[in-house]
Amino acid sequence: MFDKPPTMKHADNSKSTVGHSPPRKDGPDKVTGRARYLDDLAFPGQLWGRTVRSQVPHGRIRSIEFDPRFDWSGIVRVTAADIPGDNIVQLIEDDQPMLAHDMVKHREEPIALLACADRERLEEALLHVDVKIDPLPPVLDLLLSTHVFKSYRIEAGDIKPAFADSSLRVVEGIYRVGHQEQMYIEPNAICAVPREDFGVTIYGSMQCPFYIHRGLQRLLKINDSQIAVIQVVTGGGFGGKEDYPTVLAGHAALLARKAGKPVKMIYKREEDVAATTKRHPAVLRYRTAVKPDGEFVACEIDVVMDGGAYVTLSPVVASRGVLHASGAYRWPHARIDCRVVQTHTPPNGAFRGFGVPQTLFGCEAHVEKIALELGLDPLLVRRKNALVVGDVMPTGQRLTESVSALPVLEAVAARSGYAAKREAAMEAARLPAGSARARKRRGIGLSLALHGAGFTGSGEAHLKSRAGLELTASGARVLSASTDIGQGTITVFSQLAAEALGVPLSMIEVAVNDTSRVPDSGPTVASRTTMVVGGTIARAAEAMARVLQGYVAQTHAVPAGEVCCVGGIFAARGRSLAPFESIARRYLDERGPLVCIEQYELPPGVQWDDAAYRGSAYPCYAWAATAVELEVDLDTYEIKLLDLVTASEFGKAIHPVLAEGQIEGGTVQALGYALLEEHIYVDGRLLNTRMQNYIIPTALDVPPMTTLILENPYSRGPHGAKGLGELPMDGPAPAVAAAVLSAIGKLIPDLPISPERVMKALHAA
Amino acid sequence: MIPVTSVKTLPEAYALLQARPPGLRVLAGGTDLMVAINARVGLDRIGHVLDIWNVRELRGIALQDNFLRIGALTTYTEIIHSTLVNTQLPALAAVSREVGAWAIQNRGTLGGNVCNASPAGDTLPLLLAADARFLLGGPRGERTVVAEEFFLAYRKTALGADELLLRVDFPLPDAARLAYRKVGTRRAQSISKTLIAVRATPGLREVRIAAGCVAPIPLRCRRAEQAAMSGGDVRAALQLDISPINDIRSTIEYRRLVSANVLLQLLKNMGTPYSLPGRP
Ligand SMILES: Cc1cc2nc3c(=O)[nH]c(=O)nc-3n(C[C@H](O)[C@H](O)[C@H](O)COP(=O)(O)OP(=O)(O)OC[C@H]3O[C@@H](n4cnc5c(N)ncnc54)[C@H](O)[C@@H]3O)c2cc1C
Repeated sequence: MFDKPPTMKHADNSKSTVGHSPPRKDGPDKVTGRARYLDDLAFPGQLWGRTVRSQVPHGRIRSIEFDPRFDWSGIVRVTAADIPGDNIVQLIEDDQPMLAHDMVKHREEPIALLACADRERLEEALLHVDVKIDPLPPVLDLLLSTHVFKSYRIEAGDIKPAFADSSLRVVEGIYRVGHQEQMYIEPNAICAVPREDFGVTIYGSMQCPFYIHRGLQRLLKINDSQIAVIQVVTGGGFGGKEDYPTVLAGHAALLARKAGKPVKMIYKREEDVAATTKRHPAVLRYRTAVKPDGEFVACEIDVVMDGGAYVTLSPVVASRGVLHASGAYRWPHARIDCRVVQTHTPPNGAFRGFGVPQTLFGCEAHVEKIALELGLDPLLVRRKNALVVGDVMPTGQRLTESVSALPVLEAVAARSGYAAKREAAMEAARLPAGSARARKRRGIGLSLALHGAGFTGSGEAHLKSRAGLELTASGARVLSASTDIGQGTITVFSQLAAEALGVPLSMIEVAVNDTSRVPDSGPTVASRTTMVVGGTIARAAEAMARVLQGYVAQTHAVPAGEVCCVGGIFAARGRSLAPFESIARRYLDERGPLVCIEQYELPPGVQWDDAAYRGSAYPCYAWAATAVELEVDLDTYEIKLLDLVTASEFGKAIHPVLAEGQIEGGTVQALGYALLEEHIYVDGRLLNTRMQNYIIPTALDVPPMTTLILENPYSRGPHGAKGLGELPMDGPAPAVAAAVLSAIGKLIPDLPISPERVMKALHAA
Repeated sequence: MIPVTSVKTLPEAYALLQARPPGLRVLAGGTDLMVAINARVGLDRIGHVLDIWNVRELRGIALQDNFLRIGALTTYTEIIHSTLVNTQLPALAAVSREVGAWAIQNRGTLGGNVCNASPAGDTLPLLLAADARFLLGGPRGERTVVAEEFFLAYRKTALGADELLLRVDFPLPDAARLAYRKVGTRRAQSISKTLIAVRATPGLREVRIAAGCVAPIPLRCRRAEQAAMSGGDVRAALQLDISPINDIRSTIEYRRLVSANVLLQLLKNMGTPYSLPGRP
């Protein structure tokens, strides 16, 4: 049944190579406070920048007035009229202005910018800009929107006969999920420094330096050599710093150009939460035809996502969402539709999972519903339909290797004690209603998830990512534009390079992420950094190793095929020849710089047809199962998490401790999505913009967690690695819904599963 | 810039209170006041800050004349670690553990919670149910106000513009016990959705009930008390006492139902020996 037996891997700190867990390279600076974030950096003569926003969700700007009685000396003012180039935020479509000049389409839309050396005066000045807007009726409900940004359909087989077949059971359900805020610890932060060549240097907290690098050339009408974008130590991103920093960098750069001085803009928490991108809300309709024994025959899925006011990344979020909407299961017949629509709210964007947590919640909650209506154990239903090697996905993609839906499911079922706990929950549900034991109900539930690694469809083919390394006198320096935003990029890249070169980790450094100096390895998104960029760096390191082996063979008169480097020492035939550094120095002296850059190539056979929406949407998938045990308080309807077990298979854990960190952190973020996090909008205005009232989990809200890592190497990933970063975000919410169902007998179809929703479910007639 | 006067003694504080500079505000631990200043809420009304954090005579916990006396500047951490509170009024120690997290407990004071007078102030229903008395003082002298007469309207109290809260006194009846349950938005760092406190004698002969977050003020629930003592319909009576609203934390429906559920459980448990209520 399995293509390869999965093995358990445990962390080991003793070695630095791949598969072991050396201390993270950025760790000491971060824990001792030496790491310097943007706010810590001083720029001589720097001003502070602030944004004047619409305050109206939809309307036409009539005038922008700067109070003539206010003292504007020393305050730089920018409006759309000051933009030298294209007034757009460059991404997929050119629909979003950097500064609104005519229409406003959401309440936080930027209209004017101010900069001043004195922050108090700057705050004062903000109150003296009067923007007059003629309001228009806003569309705030995604189901009422008629403006479709993008729609997709995936079709396989023919669903009609299945739904007409009276021997099959038809199960229907509607599921709803809301916004989610990334809540990175460091808000968006950028400093723009004007240059003598009329260009600009950008420093900031970001995931994708080259987005800014390209976007600002159009905005400022400058060329490639007039801009450099430098990522500084970044306090988290989770997708929230994928595209938004382009907006902030554009604003800071416009102010800096006009002021002739550096301008720093750091959002306050309230501003960051209100104005920047969030996870797309969605309404998901599932209609399925299944055999009475639980075998899936057909699904008809309709997903509507709320894109917010502008297109931004919505087409790709919806695309990844729709491609995961049928879950980790075999569906002989499928029709899956998805459309992402406009509403007059701030644009939604990237957030860890990128459309999948939404559709996977719908899919997995619906699997629970199927089991409920058929009177089957949901574990058996999942087991019966889980994808295995050889299966074909609705896009026509045949799975050929590294498929672990069943192994992760079985690992979690066994470790969590699922069968016995589910039996106990069913037993408790049979207790008489008034009995004292019944004030709290326990339940256990699980979910199964998959997550495509790397860019969707033809994305990686278009990107042609480049990365590599250069030889230094003390080892080698990794060159890439992939950012470390806390997830461990620097450490993992160093491990991969060290392994290929045969040197200790300490001999590898990672270049400052500066677009004027590093190759474009693509954005740091889509769980692609280790698999795609890491793999490219490993190949570049192998190329460098070959060059140096050849060089050593020449200088030491030994056959090239017999030279190798182990632990930083070149050797041949069991005899040590020279340390890596001395060879590196000699090489640099004699032959000059050695820079090895490789370009990512999609594995052969991975093909995608964008028009037909068929083919291999992803070269491979990572797999996870999650089991949650919880207790529902029947007095307060609060849910207390008792235990959580996850099993994840993402090929190979290059650094098991960092991998566990990703799994635990992502799981906690997903538990917030499941139970706590909800944005409350009134007339397009977000009410809970602070950490005080946007409720994310605290340490006390997190249950004991068991994190199992299974390995099932992917032949085209570095050392077998696939993507991991987003996977943990997908499964916990439906597992919680399943556990609540097991505890109280009600499937709550909307997130978050708040006490208020539990109360309603229990007291519904 | 807001001028700040830091004082070390009550006479110094009273001198400034008598001078009454416009917009004078008292600063204790600052965990409410600084948040308001940061959010620029009501800033225009703050003209001068009187910092009383170092007035030592407003700190400390003592047992005297069958009263547990707690100085207004006593912090949650001090309450949590006080043997006197843990033996005489364990519910107050327990609720202090549920306020914010360590940083807030180290700095936040009982007096600040009282004078801030938020309907969501976590200690306030306990003070009402425990029949606490507030000792107020100022240049005109001292006076005592019972908790129930202190909270007048939404965030309006009986505290005069030239007065400080000096101390909170809890009568220690032999038989009655105090219990409460906080229902918040998560397990720590959470503002309550509802909080119910009950003081009762065994057999529910004497019952005092108070609730937070379900009315404009921390509320004594007299109808529910009557019902509890007379064997009436406590659920229905409580609904007449409270007037919750919908806000970003919860709904009217939830607050009504859960307040009643929690109250019933507390009353049921009052018959059994008191034990520290764990986290929900
Ligand atoms: C992160 C965070 C979490 C929190 N969590 C909770 C919680 O879980 N539960 C809860 O109830 N509260 C919570 N609070 C609110 C706050 O911590 C409490 O209300 C605390 O008791 C206030 O005490 P303080 O000494 O800091 O008050 P201050 O901020 O110093 O003062 C509050 C008000 O009372 C007045 N005042 C203070 N002392 C006196 C006095 N002796 N005489 C006259 N007037 C006075 C001040 O003028 C001001 O108006 C939280 C606050 C924060 C920032």
